[in-house]
Amino acid sequence: MPGSTGRMGVILDMYQESDIKQMVRDILRDVLSEQVSAQKQKPGKSVSAAPRDEGFVPDITAESTKEQFFVPAPADRDGYLRMKEFTPARIGVWRAGPRYNTFSMLRFRADHATAQDAVFTDVPEEVLKQHNFLCGQSMCSSRDEFITRPDLGRRLNDETRALFKKELPQNAKVLLMTGDGLSSAAVSANAADVIPSIKQGLKQQGIEIGTIPFVKYCRVGAMDEVGPLTGAEVVCLLIGERPGLVTAESMSAYMAYKPNPDKPEAWRTVVSNINRGGTPPAEAGAHIAGILKKILDAKVSGVDLNL
Amino acid sequence: MRDELLSVGIDIGTSTTQVIFSRISIEDMSSGFTMPRIEITGKSVVHRGRIHFTPLLSPTEIDMEKVRDIVGDEYRSSGIRRGDVKTGAVVITGETARKRNANEVLRALSEFAGDFVVATAGPDLESIIAARGAGADAYSRAHSTTAANYDIGGGTSNFAMFKNGELACTGCLDIGGRLVRVEGGRISYIAPKITELCANERIRFFVGDRAEMNILTRIAEAMTALLEMSIGLRPKSSFYPRILTEEGRDIHLPYPLENMCFSGGVADHIYGDLAGDPFLYGDIGVILGRAIRESEALPRVKRFSPSETIRATVVGAGSHITEISGSTIDYDRELLPVKNLPILKLTPEDEADPKSMREAIACKMDWFRAEGRVQPIAISITLKRSPSFLEIQDAADAILSGASELLAAGHPLVVVSENDLAKVLGNTLRARMTRRSPLVSIDSIRVSNGDYIDIGRPAASGSVLPVVVKTLLFV
Repeated sequence: MPGSTGRMGVILDMYQESDIKQMVRDILRDVLSEQVSAQKQKPGKSVSAAPRDEGFVPDITAESTKEQFFVPAPADRDGYLRMKEFTPARIGVWRAGPRYNTFSMLRFRADHATAQDAVFTDVPEEVLKQHNFLCGQSMCSSRDEFITRPDLGRRLNDETRALFKKELPQNAKVLLMTGDGLSSAAVSANAADVIPSIKQGLKQQGIEIGTIPFVKYCRVGAMDEVGPLTGAEVVCLLIGERPGLVTAESMSAYMAYKPNPDKPEAWRTVVSNINRGGTPPAEAGAHIAGILKKILDAKVSGVDLNL
Repeated sequence: MRDELLSVGIDIGTSTTQVIFSRISIEDMSSGFTMPRIEITGKSVVHRGRIHFTPLLSPTEIDMEKVRDIVGDEYRSSGIRRGDVKTGAVVITGETARKRNANEVLRALSEFAGDFVVATAGPDLESIIAARGAGADAYSRAHSTTAANYDIGGGTSNFAMFKNGELACTGCLDIGGRLVRVEGGRISYIAPKITELCANERIRFFVGDRAEMNILTRIAEAMTALLEMSIGLRPKSSFYPRILTEEGRDIHLPYPLENMCFSGGVADHIYGDLAGDPFLYGDIGVILGRAIRESEALPRVKRFSPSETIRATVVGAGSHITEISGSTIDYDRELLPVKNLPILKLTPEDEADPKSMREAIACKMDWFRAEGRVQPIAISITLKRSPSFLEIQDAADAILSGASELLAAGHPLVVVSENDLAKVLGNTLRARMTRRSPLVSIDSIRVSNGDYIDIGRPAASGSVLPVVVKTLLFV
């Protein structure tokens, strides 16, 4: 790039080489000492607690961002912290000049990495076994294809269609299904609390849940195919949400009365943000059971359903 | 989802009896993609009744018939029917609370005013209600500070302080404008504690004396000094403990007092010098107001404007006493409303494991026995935020076995949780009950031991219940 070479040339003209060397040395020393002092400030309890000499890297995501506060001399610390209670947004992180501090930057990248992991890993075999899920797969054959081809994620592969048709209860009042969606971590984290809570709530209405299918590489639209396949009156899909920087474990429940691929998105009722920091999973399950009953009674779902 | 609750507030005070009606708006504040979150979004007074003198049959008895007429007239002139009123409170305050028939009046009036109009009394609750009516809690929340209200009424002065919207402390002094009464230029009544105060101040003052401004001003100044002592603006005199409404229950400010306001009938004379006859009301309220206004110590605390003065208590009772619980809750409709259930609250230690939880419930049940028999109660639990399904099951089993005597006696199971778990807990309790008992499981309500709870009929198409928590004992 000629422009930058030109600027560099001007700078070189203004300084002797030895001056530049000294300058670089000074800058490096400043940067290093800043990092050391940042570590000394112990931004979070978790950072200071872990021993460094045993090969452990402290988990900087262990503490909630709501409890982390780095403004050095706040006029009203209590007021600021109360404000932070209402949002997981990264406020009160302070800065170095116009940049993030090192800790904020690392935390941001760690949370981003957690989100990516949630998308790019599979639901562990043990979790699938623990719930006796009947496992199938969408038409996607890899994680990469799942990300790039949403249309294929909405359809089941032939093998799965045959399996579900054979093994799933036919004409059930409520068919409960699960899918990894964009967060496998969500299924692992919440299924054990949401599913029994839904079952318990439905049982009190005299509705039993049979075998629960699981769809790998699953998009929400997959439920529209499972509906006609099993003749279920209502289908409820528990699926991992696209992870954000606040949590990677958030799950949604999509519910529809007699779903099929011709029905619009507006036909679905959703309860989202199910995770330990958001809607408590066990309580969400009880709420979902209540909605399912209302859908059965009203024979409509989505925007047509008056909750 | 939007709904409105029509609420009534009735205050039978030492000097005045008042009625207001207010509209409490509730709305689902969730996005529609998450679980509903129904909140109170507005409160507005829709009918301000007139200010009536409290009718008495004798110095120790309230004239029930006349009080009922006053309330009936206010209903008529507001155009509101009894059946429209969904919630509200009758509060009997100041000296009137000590009348012989106070409890009967309270009970009869709450029945008369509506199905879910609760009866309340007690100096602490009165202080809290008045401070909420004056807006002290809202001010402290909005400005992240401490804010207090002193409600100076006819018989008592009620103090309550809030920090960031949470109650910090309360107190009550036997100081008021109607403790000395004047008729035809002569003193017609002196409350016993004021006689004591005068003796202590070496003021010669008797019933039948001519009402002389300099003497009455000295008495009002002595009263003001006691108010100053109560909030640490002046060293406490040896007489001070005598003026506390409840012996030994002094005001202990847990935080510095940053802001305050005054309400009650006397407040109007603190904020503005209403010229004219100082004995307009036949008492020393006007003179007491002036003395408080001219105090040198009181202005050391920053003032804010109260949202109500003379009507603070009645507006507090009508607008600010009702909370709502919802919308993921579980209840048997035919059980409601339930009134005056004492709270059995579990401590974090009680909740440590299912065994200690079960034992704590069974053991604390003894506090609520009458003639050996267990009385209806509400069990309050906290659990943690977002407990697992297994933890809910354990808690449900602990509650059912701990409260087995309650259920065997035919009482309903009422569980009040602090965290959002009422629906799953309710479902779980039902699933695990051996014999079907009526059930109410609500959440997001904070209560303490010593509180009483009233739970009304559902609103917002069944998704929320109005709840009134009555703090009778505040430590």
